[in-house]
Amino acid sequence: MRKRVVITGLGIVAPNGHGIEAFEKALRAGKSGIRFMPELEELKFGCQVAGVPQNIDEVSARYFSSDQLLAMNSSIRYASIAAIDAWRDAGFEVPAHDSQEVDWGTGAIIGTGIGGMDTIVGKVVPLTAAGKVRRLGSTAVEQVMASGVSARIGGLLALGNQVTTNSSACSTGTEAIVDAMYRIRNGLAQRMLAGGAEGASPYIWAGFDAMRVLNRTRNHEPEKASRPMSASAAGFVPGSGAGVLMLEDLNRARERGARIYAEIIGAAVNCGGQRMGGSMTAPNPAGVRRCIHDALKDAGIGGRDVDAINGHLTATFADPFEVQNWAKALNRNTDDFPLINATKSLVGHSLGAAGGLESVASILQVYKGFVHGSVNCEDLHAQLLPFSKRIVRQTRETPHLRIQAKASFGFGDVNTCIFFKKWEQSAA
Amino acid sequence: MTREEVFEKVVEILNQYSKKEISKENISMETSILEDLEINSARLVDIVLDFEDAFDIEVDDDDADTVATVGDGVNLILKKIQ
Repeated sequence: MRKRVVITGLGIVAPNGHGIEAFEKALRAGKSGIRFMPELEELKFGCQVAGVPQNIDEVSARYFSSDQLLAMNSSIRYASIAAIDAWRDAGFEVPAHDSQEVDWGTGAIIGTGIGGMDTIVGKVVPLTAAGKVRRLGSTAVEQVMASGVSARIGGLLALGNQVTTNSSACSTGTEAIVDAMYRIRNGLAQRMLAGGAEGASPYIWAGFDAMRVLNRTRNHEPEKASRPMSASAAGFVPGSGAGVLMLEDLNRARERGARIYAEIIGAAVNCGGQRMGGSMTAPNPAGVRRCIHDALKDAGIGGRDVDAINGHLTATFADPFEVQNWAKALNRNTDDFPLINATKSLVGHSLGAAGGLESVASILQVYKGFVHGSVNCEDLHAQLLPFSKRIVRQTRETPHLRIQAKASFGFGDVNTCIFFKKWEQSAA
Repeated sequence: MTREEVFEKVVEILNQYSKKEISKENISMETSILEDLEINSARLVDIVLDFEDAFDIEVDDDDADTVATVGDGVNLILKKIQ
């Protein structure tokens, strides 16, 4: 019998706030985390704005010892801070480094889209090219291995279940949550930390700038640069950070009297096969709709039951197609379409971390009963005008919000969709 | 540079890598870097690189392998800077 999976902890390191209180406040107030980056101007990027978490050196000094920080690049720091926050938020204490107990029931799936690019560029390439390999010391491997973002967390929290890193481009963070859910659902783990992290480095963003998929029209007004669903959307704004959830077997959560934010009632992951209009960089619409259908089926709900959608919505040409795909997949027309918003309008697109950040936003919405305003779409895209009333531009209270959808789509034509349901004692 | 000065500098370097707060008062020449200071063995490589930078010396792999205690490090450095 499949076990029910609930969320009992949240951790967030976002460009517009660290910690769930600051993040919720920023979401409600429409506070942007997008800033002008002088370094990108010097490097002659077309896009010179980005979303980067603030004061991370100061935060890191409170969370980690000097020896730990010697081998923690930006993505590992973001991931580890968010994981510790989610752990504490779920009611646990960080174990002493010299304790001899391992938590065999708890694991972590923390994904990343790109990985330790700052370490590769700052250390590995220059030292290796100069014939000074031995000068790399011992800290390079653990920062450039793809699983660096989860491996550090396993040690900080003495985790004994599966500790791994997934990667599926911009679908990564959401996919991690689904993989972790399966593990608990199948009885293989009691608890899993799950989410995504992405570092902040011009070298991560350079290839996207070269593809001309980043917005280069708003360098002088950074807070207006991330414009999902807008007629003047001209590409995404690169972001960074981490979002991590604590997933828990409902029975275990009940036994210990844990606070429950929401239940994951269903999810699906697939690939469009890069056919039927899909490619490395564009989604096959049939694949997207199939993913949403499969998630509905897994959740045992119909398209009518969905109250709100936190879209993938990056501010590229694909936004109108995404909304139309949701309408078809849920069989909802423009008038009774679910409420929809784009967290990327406030924090940019943090690639492998995006699904983590946006899932934290989605769960806060369903737990607190609000839908945050999607900024910078006052000039809606012409194809989205019929949905105008359902596109949330000013934060609104939604006490009746029960089922919140979160989807992410990534390069490689990969898709993930999750349905979060408000936790009500009567459902127990 | 005196033995005392080298010792102090070595303590300063080790402090970065140790999970314990260490100072010249609570460690001696006999202190084991891995066991007493709870330093991950992989980090010995980085400690030797820091010795090289701090004292402007070169330490080859055979010499590096002899460093087990604080005193081993101090004596190796003294030998190299003389």
